[in-house]
Amino acid sequence: MNIVRILFSYVIFPGFIFTAVVGLFLTWIDRKVTARIHWRVGPPWFQPYADFLKLLLKETIIPEGSSKTLFLLGPLLGLIGMSIFAVMLFNMNFNPSGSFVGDLIVIIYLLALPPIGIIIGGSASKNPLASVGASREMTQYFAYELPFLIALVSIIIKAGGSVKFGEIILAQQAQGPFLYSISGVIAGVVIFLCIQAKLSFVPFDIPEAEQEIMAGPYIEYSGVTLAIYKMTRAMMLLLLPLFLISVLWGGFANWWAILKLLLIVVLIILVKNTNPRLRIDQALKFFWIGIGALSIIGLVLAFYGL
Amino acid sequence: MGNARLWGLKKSPWVFHLAAAPCNNCDIEILDLITPRWDVERFGIVLVGSPRHADALLVTGVINRKTLPRVLRVYEQTPKPCLVIAIGTCACSQNIFTPSYNVVGPYDKHMPVDVYIPGCPPKPESMIMGIVKALKRL
Repeated sequence: MNIVRILFSYVIFPGFIFTAVVGLFLTWIDRKVTARIHWRVGPPWFQPYADFLKLLLKETIIPEGSSKTLFLLGPLLGLIGMSIFAVMLFNMNFNPSGSFVGDLIVIIYLLALPPIGIIIGGSASKNPLASVGASREMTQYFAYELPFLIALVSIIIKAGGSVKFGEIILAQQAQGPFLYSISGVIAGVVIFLCIQAKLSFVPFDIPEAEQEIMAGPYIEYSGVTLAIYKMTRAMMLLLLPLFLISVLWGGFANWWAILKLLLIVVLIILVKNTNPRLRIDQALKFFWIGIGALSIIGLVLAFYGL
Repeated sequence: MGNARLWGLKKSPWVFHLAAAPCNNCDIEILDLITPRWDVERFGIVLVGSPRHADALLVTGVINRKTLPRVLRVYEQTPKPCLVIAIGTCACSQNIFTPSYNVVGPYDKHMPVDVYIPGCPPKPESMIMGIVKALKRL
């Protein structure tokens, strides 16, 4: 019985299928809003599902000379990481005082899985553009991870030194969301920009820059493997804003959370559509010097309880 | 299974733009298709950067002895099922280059072509019509 429940939660409800369906819907919102900004009509609502179905039923090619195991492992890593992350996030929000121990450190590792999968897959696919994309992905990961971690540390300080996800949410329910303070706003801005980079959306879409290296690490992927990559990205588009809401905006166990989620997603899309792409060295400087300094200021403010 | 596959292909044909020595006239008209005025993303058509992601190849230009092996290679790299859409009179029937020593014949001599869209260059409207006809015939 218990095993059935665990399987259900990993595969169907908060886990894989639910997040994938909602995430694909959010990618439709992304494409539609982008189209409206361009003054176009945009695709119909079932477009991401049609894309996904088509990719699932197409031929999958494994390039000659590539490392077969790693090439196929790459897409799966990110998918597994995101499914587990979804289960933890939902469990912690709807049952914050339960016995399920999930802490921020595990979540940091789970969030590292999709970029690792992209790096492995890109390097295994024996294509020069894919290797360039993989190396850029690696650099960018190191760039945004530093301010992201510092912002999370300031959140831990605000929650009274607890790294447990449930306690962070309980602390917010007791004393109001962390976002309504100076250090909270700073942490929110930092995490928002890191989400933009984690999703590789436009100012930070350096790893897969379409105009210079085609699709970067994804260039050799076709059929099912490409579908899995697309779905992992869709799930991240749902889960990362939810993560931001649950660590800073008081959790998402109420109906307001849908509005908050849509607000954050539309903000991400607006930033995506109104910015040019940075070079990889500019992105590194931006994250380590600019945003890094901002996040340290936030950390100090959080330390003094502001 | 077959129906789902057909529906997916019809609703989201991703195209790869394969320019085999064209004069760039047809290519610019192809790029018109994704501008606000024609906006083919309404039908799920997206330009992709890699032949591995493509469901349809838009071929333009006359094939010559240099480009033939490359064109064949890109065709082989594309996962099947894939449509080949010949855009412009050059791709359909070599246009004014027929007597040239370097041309090796139109596309349908080397690979199966599904749609011919003549014109020098064809209008974006006629391209949309050709693609819609190709999708209906699937």
